[in-house]
Amino acid sequence: MTALLTDRAAVSERAVRDALGTVVDPELDEPITDVGFVRSVAVDRAPDGTVTVEVHLRLPTSFCAPNFAFLMVSDAHDAVSAVPGVGRVVVELDDHHDSDLINRGMAAGLGYRGTFGHEAEDSLDELRATFQRKAHTAAMERAVTALLRTDPAVDVWALTLGDLPAGEHTTDALLRRRATLGLPVDARAPVLVRDDGSRPERDQAETVLRRARSVRISVDGNAHFCRGLLTTRYPGSEADQAPRPEDRVLLPLTVTKGTHP
Amino acid sequence: MYRKDGESYYVVDAHIALWDGRPENQRNIHGKQFIDCFYDYHRNLSPESEVWSYEEYLYQGGERLMRDVFVDGIVDHAVFQPALLGEFYHRGFGQTEEAWALTQAHPDKLTYNHCFDPRFGEAGLDQLRADAERFGLKGVKLYTAEWQGDSRGYKLSDPWTYKYLEVCRELGIRNIHVHKGPTIRPLDRDAFDVADVDHAATDFTDLNFVVEHCGLPRLEDFCWIATQEPNVYAGLAVAIPFIHTRPRYFAQIMGELLYWVGEDRILFSSDYALWTPKWLVEEFVDFQIPEDLTEYAPITTAQKKKVLGLNAAKLYDLPVPAELQLPDADETQTGPREPAAADLASV
Repeated sequence: MTALLTDRAAVSERAVRDALGTVVDPELDEPITDVGFVRSVAVDRAPDGTVTVEVHLRLPTSFCAPNFAFLMVSDAHDAVSAVPGVGRVVVELDDHHDSDLINRGMAAGLGYRGTFGHEAEDSLDELRATFQRKAHTAAMERAVTALLRTDPAVDVWALTLGDLPAGEHTTDALLRRRATLGLPVDARAPVLVRDDGSRPERDQAETVLRRARSVRISVDGNAHFCRGLLTTRYPGSEADQAPRPEDRVLLPLTVTKGTHP
Repeated sequence: MYRKDGESYYVVDAHIALWDGRPENQRNIHGKQFIDCFYDYHRNLSPESEVWSYEEYLYQGGERLMRDVFVDGIVDHAVFQPALLGEFYHRGFGQTEEAWALTQAHPDKLTYNHCFDPRFGEAGLDQLRADAERFGLKGVKLYTAEWQGDSRGYKLSDPWTYKYLEVCRELGIRNIHVHKGPTIRPLDRDAFDVADVDHAATDFTDLNFVVEHCGLPRLEDFCWIATQEPNVYAGLAVAIPFIHTRPRYFAQIMGELLYWVGEDRILFSSDYALWTPKWLVEEFVDFQIPEDLTEYAPITTAQKKKVLGLNAAKLYDLPVPAELQLPDADETQTGPREPAAADLASV
């Protein structure tokens, strides 16, 4: 009896949700658990002891891009499969125009190319890398703009990581994203860099920062709208959303409803 | 004409539709998913007083369209930008005959743009010639995420698209409105990528490319290509309704567009029947960039006049009263516009 209870406890819903928390929506740069994309988690133990986990994901619209949808479903499958004690994993995407295609492909273990056939060329690695670069660019702009708003005279081109306020959310977030890309994280490393990590000439600094700003606005604005659309589509799903992280304060989530702002 | 505080605004709604999303017109589940997606956009971004019932949203008809778009005489002219969506709807999504009949009944108020799809090949080219003659086309609307057979999208840089653009050039169809949906093939890359617009705009410098919803959800990619191409315009469809529920986000979108694209190349659009133009015009005229967004200069009244109608009037040769016309900004044709943001003066 005791052994049985211990086994059951070994695969808790909590453990599955924690694993899902490592899966990121690449476009929004947030865990799928924070934006409310996890619709349900069920843990079932068969008489023979096999533990099956069934996860349902949902997205803000039926027409969200299917490559991102596949990435999240596939990453969720990998993350849950890695939870100790889990035997069988079913991850399904609900209510999407490609739900049938993606769910069939996942169930049969067909992978990306096997699932999408002629529409897929090689892999989704480059897509993922593109959005890791955008996540870094946005984090860089947040850190710099936060500084500019307190000190408009700051020399943006000359800034190094050591000049950023230690312990601030925006600084920590930038360091994490630099680490993901393999960019230097030491105090003397310049803050303002291009996508590939190279430092611009001084006369290009304005352009690099302004481009980064448009990236940040895009990422934050999309996160804003996707969160809102999910709650419109699935009433009550706001209870499954965590607040947008505090390192992204430049576009507050304040939404005015029904009254003139 | 819209009047407020002694100012007059000539208003062009550069993107409207007369659609039919009713169940009897839906070919499959995707027809329902598509209109439902639009309805969620509508419900999420509209002021509560402007939210329609689902039934009303499915189909409006011509009479209601005329009331909704031209109520109180605010909008002077509107341009149909139909989407075919033949894989989703039996009789298509945009209702060609009804919209064309309405345009003929109100030629001073309406312009009819039609759509083409390069995957129709030679037959489609003949159709484009016939459509240009029948409708007197000055513009076309392209939805690059349109599904057709086993293809779920095309690019402006495809060889067949170039053939169609060459025919547009020959027929005097100058305004190419591009609606970037999630173009699915190839899936390896970002489905919302706008790089194909860059290629086409470079190779067809005598055509104007209006990128609807200013590239959202890839505002950054749009701004970067638009700033390099003097014939690329930003359409505000889907972007401008953020003005109500998310005014700070809208302020940042406008700040970016004015910086990268400039005041002479931004077009107001309600995207009717996604939203109606009246409340959008009223809120836009009252709008200002919040003072704490120090990275942007305030929007001027002249800029608002250009965005609301003068820019589109130029593209469509609409008769703007002489006293309402404004000169082009004394700005560079490519690259970031002046004034540079205040917070970057020291960079």
